[in-house]
Amino acid sequence: MAVAAPLARPGVRLRPGLVLALLVLAVLVVAVAAPGLVTRIDPLAADPLRALAPPGAGHPLGTDHLGRDVLARVVHGARHSLGIGVLATALAVGAGSLLGLAAGLAGRLAGEALARVFDVLSTFPELLLALLVIAITGPGTWNVVAAIGIAQIPTYARVVRAQTFVVRRSGYVEQAVTFGHSRARVVARHVLPNVVGPVPVLATIGLGQAVIATSGLSFLGMGPQPPAPEWGTMLAESRDYLRVASWVAFSPGVALTLSVVCLTVAGRHLQRRFEGRTP
Amino acid sequence: MTEVAINRAGSASGPATAPVPATGVAPLVAVENLRVSFPASGVEAVRGVSLSIAPGECVALVGESGSGKSVTARALIGLAGPGARVRASAFRVGGGDALTFGPREWRRLRGRFAGLVLQDALVSLDPLRTVGAEITEVLAEHDVVPRPARPERVRALLEAVGVRDPEVRARQHPHQLSGGLRQRALIASAIAAEPELLIADEPTTALDVTVQAQILRLLADRKAAGTALLMISHDLAVVAAVADRVLVMRDGVVVEDGPAREVLTAPRHDYTRALLAAVPSASPRRSASPVPSASPVPSASPVPRRPGRSQKADPHGADPRGAVLAATGLSVAYGSRTAVDDVSFRLHAGETLGVVGESGSGKTTLARLALGLLAPDAGEVTLRGGPWSGLPERRRRPLRPAVQVIAQNPLDSFDPRHTVGRLVADPLSALPRPRRRERAIELLGRVGLPPELLGRRPRELSGGQRQRVAIARALASRPEVLICDEPVSALDVSIQAQVLDLLAEIQAEDGTALLFISHDLGVVRHLSDRVLVMKDGRVVEEGDAHEVFLRPRHPYTRELLAAVPRLPE
Amino acid sequence: MTAAPPAPRPPISRPPRPHPPWSRPSWPRPPAWLGAPLRRLVSAAAVLWAAATTAYAALLLAPGDTVDLLVGDGADTPEIRAQIVAEWGLDRPEAVRYLSYLGRLLHGDLGRSYQLQQDVGEVLAGQVGPTARLTLAAAAVGVALAFALAVATAGRSAWPRRIVSAAELVAVSVPQFVIGIVLLFVFSFSLGWFPVSGAADPQALVLPALALGLPVAGVLGQVLREGLERALEQPFVVTARSRGLGERAVVARHALRHALLPAVTLTGWFTGVLLGGAVITEALFGRPGLGRVAMQAVSAKDMPVVMAVVILSAAVYVTISVLLDLAYRIIDPRLRSA
Repeated sequence: MAVAAPLARPGVRLRPGLVLALLVLAVLVVAVAAPGLVTRIDPLAADPLRALAPPGAGHPLGTDHLGRDVLARVVHGARHSLGIGVLATALAVGAGSLLGLAAGLAGRLAGEALARVFDVLSTFPELLLALLVIAITGPGTWNVVAAIGIAQIPTYARVVRAQTFVVRRSGYVEQAVTFGHSRARVVARHVLPNVVGPVPVLATIGLGQAVIATSGLSFLGMGPQPPAPEWGTMLAESRDYLRVASWVAFSPGVALTLSVVCLTVAGRHLQRRFEGRTP
Repeated sequence: MTEVAINRAGSASGPATAPVPATGVAPLVAVENLRVSFPASGVEAVRGVSLSIAPGECVALVGESGSGKSVTARALIGLAGPGARVRASAFRVGGGDALTFGPREWRRLRGRFAGLVLQDALVSLDPLRTVGAEITEVLAEHDVVPRPARPERVRALLEAVGVRDPEVRARQHPHQLSGGLRQRALIASAIAAEPELLIADEPTTALDVTVQAQILRLLADRKAAGTALLMISHDLAVVAAVADRVLVMRDGVVVEDGPAREVLTAPRHDYTRALLAAVPSASPRRSASPVPSASPVPSASPVPRRPGRSQKADPHGADPRGAVLAATGLSVAYGSRTAVDDVSFRLHAGETLGVVGESGSGKTTLARLALGLLAPDAGEVTLRGGPWSGLPERRRRPLRPAVQVIAQNPLDSFDPRHTVGRLVADPLSALPRPRRRERAIELLGRVGLPPELLGRRPRELSGGQRQRVAIARALASRPEVLICDEPVSALDVSIQAQVLDLLAEIQAEDGTALLFISHDLGVVRHLSDRVLVMKDGRVVEEGDAHEVFLRPRHPYTRELLAAVPRLPE
Repeated sequence: MTAAPPAPRPPISRPPRPHPPWSRPSWPRPPAWLGAPLRRLVSAAAVLWAAATTAYAALLLAPGDTVDLLVGDGADTPEIRAQIVAEWGLDRPEAVRYLSYLGRLLHGDLGRSYQLQQDVGEVLAGQVGPTARLTLAAAAVGVALAFALAVATAGRSAWPRRIVSAAELVAVSVPQFVIGIVLLFVFSFSLGWFPVSGAADPQALVLPALALGLPVAGVLGQVLREGLERALEQPFVVTARSRGLGERAVVARHALRHALLPAVTLTGWFTGVLLGGAVITEALFGRPGLGRVAMQAVSAKDMPVVMAVVILSAAVYVTISVLLDLAYRIIDPRLRSA
């Protein structure tokens, strides 16, 4: 034991980085739920006379090329950028888990067939799969949700199927069989909880990636259509003014980066907690 | 520094062994009051150990897991581990003052002055490199022979450790070699730079008993050739044949130190006596733990005999002499490999049938067949004379409570989310909820565990406690047959003995039939009424345990028995 | 009560299970009569077939008339419609249609873009070069950075490791186009070192390759470092040290190869990141390339081009994963004899 001890990884503590990440996420939740609490300025109100005004009184983060308040647009943009990410992740996790479970619990042939389908779909780069969906449906908020959600289904389905296999073959499931429990009971009591357990952890990390994908599609002009505020769209618009008005790019860029960093930090913490299984 | 005082006092009560042997030759290694701690985790693994090794001498460090024996040995070549803090009042290695050594001095000593052989060459040799490359690495690092001569030297080294076809083996990877061959290759790499000292840390632990005997012989040969040996083992019997001197360690302290013969035949310290007594091969068919240990031992507590037990023993079999579980002509093949080949046995109520065999002999497959988890390709298992292996799972389910299993690693068989209480109550789904808790407490009591453990998670328990929980759970359905698949192999000897006692006690009270599977002949002999000896999926010998162990008929059984390391009488 | 450490070393080894759990006979295994490389090729072909089918299914699933979809926003004349019907066999039964589509692909005919009035093969051919240069440069940047950082920081507890792992976290979490915008702002607009857009000179490749390669470096660096640290805890490393090897030799000769194994399995993911990222990077830096073509095709609903890009990326993925599968076998001898 003394040999193992120095090799053991240090336990998980509540580190300042995590606290900070959770605080930022709390602020983001407020921005999504009630942007009016943060700023009273209308994100769509254009004022051409004050276009590209630097940060200052009245516009703490400056204005964009149409004279719209950048702060208001960043705050209201959270609902689009994060909201789409959340919905897409929910779609991907929900459908992916169900399909993965089905493939893991189904009989040999059906399970294998489903698994091959996941394998093939996951060979497409996610962004291209999303673009394929958009090529069919056209751009727009809900289409982006569908595109990103569908593109990520195979990933979750594969993970859940693999996890189902591990659990199905585990010693404790075999043990439950020797007690004479019915198949339904073994699945409900042992297989499902142990398969579903890690899914929220995956989803937290996946949410960060979904937010990146959302802003990426919006950056390409496939997301919520102008004048709707969305961080990726704002960044795309700002590119032409980078030389004269860097603040237009700065705020949405920071908001986007910070959200994903915080989601990743929180997700990894959950993951370590989960793997360590400290009660 | 209170520990030091205790330690000094402890060693004072022991025999007066001088750190420097009387011959006057300078020792290879002489360390006094060695202390190794790991500040990051707050563990002090070694707490004041003094040790010296003379040229050509074989010193054995013996202790259970966590005793600090490995850390002590590794500290002697500056490899105590990452973040280790090593202190000593005097520390001389290879003629230099190790207290002043920097990384470069240590590196010069490693390989050249002392070679290290670890357990299980499958992971102790780099699995991605050939055996030849691993041995050549030592030759190159210390420039033992010029580059063109190295392949020839590798060949010679492999030959010296008894590897046949050395040219072929040198080009192979560890996973392509058998356990014995790769352990030989590991030893070849350790002696490549002709070190004066060979440190062997559990060198035979992962090996089958016949292979273990070969490797021990090889190590004895090295000693005969003049190499000093430091042997680390959990098993006193393993070191008995080679060691000149034995040091017994416990909790980072040497509790006994003396000539091997004295320590093994006339131990002074209680702990050494307990270790010796716990070696099961020494004591067939009697209580294995004569020395009460610090942990709560259940045997002392009066266990209430369950009423109705005596009726339960026989109402099922119309013929009381009929077998509870019987197998006829069982065969199973995995792909082209036959794992179990035409095996038959009969297991009666209240009886223990031992199954011994080395790895790959088909023991575990036999357990799965008996449990009804694997369908045989041919043959049949019957339960109380009725069908068992041939039943569809739906009809086998109601019968399953009668046949329970205790696996080697209980942690694998516990749902990781569940507490001890839920684990033990899992088979009790027929009982109403409030009764389950009562019954769980009752079951824990039977295996000598306090009810406070109900809320614990298995990861928080010690190895012995975990195995007791597994036993309590297996008893929950009042089984008629308990299948024990290497139930004590992962446990320290003293804990092994307690668990074996518990099984024997349960059998005596409940009349349970035990199918006891193990690679350890001592353990099997200790518990069994009858034995099956398996080799390559076949039963080569079967009979009364006493008879088989005393007068083995099959050559393989004889070979097995001869290979078991023995304590001096 | 003291909590037991996560993995107490069993004092006595457990005899190995008769079969590793993944090869239990109760589970289907790929037919053994196929050699491993051949089996790999068959599955690669299957993936390609499935990719083509998925693209075809997308076309069928899309709402609206197939001819309308194929015309997209392009010129819509009866002649073009007749041409589409003839080329896609729309007047023939479903099965024949599908088979003739596969047959055309098999001959390397990716179809025709009715919007561009050009064969899709021609449209893509001119664009492969710039995208290949970009993705290869980005992969080189990512791999080189990841190696350098992982080797420099593995197993060190001090500050450099913490700083590098924080940088990796950011590199993983920042979208490529944000990295690109920052690079543009600093190196093009402020310092003027690199051109803002285009692909005319080699200098123009620097910033896009960095923007695309940094996230790869972030993930790969983490995986490599964790792999190195795990390898450095293995018994064979203790053995190597006991031979007198220095720390650098232990990493270079032993640990690094083990750390490569998990990294290699991520290659499929990297291919996706690089191909997908190329779309965004090319848009941001105004570079020509497949991504640009794909974007234009998606915007204009030029389905034949979109389908061809999907099939092409699947082909790239399959090729790379077959190659890496071979690399894996070279690195890990345990797979060779298995």
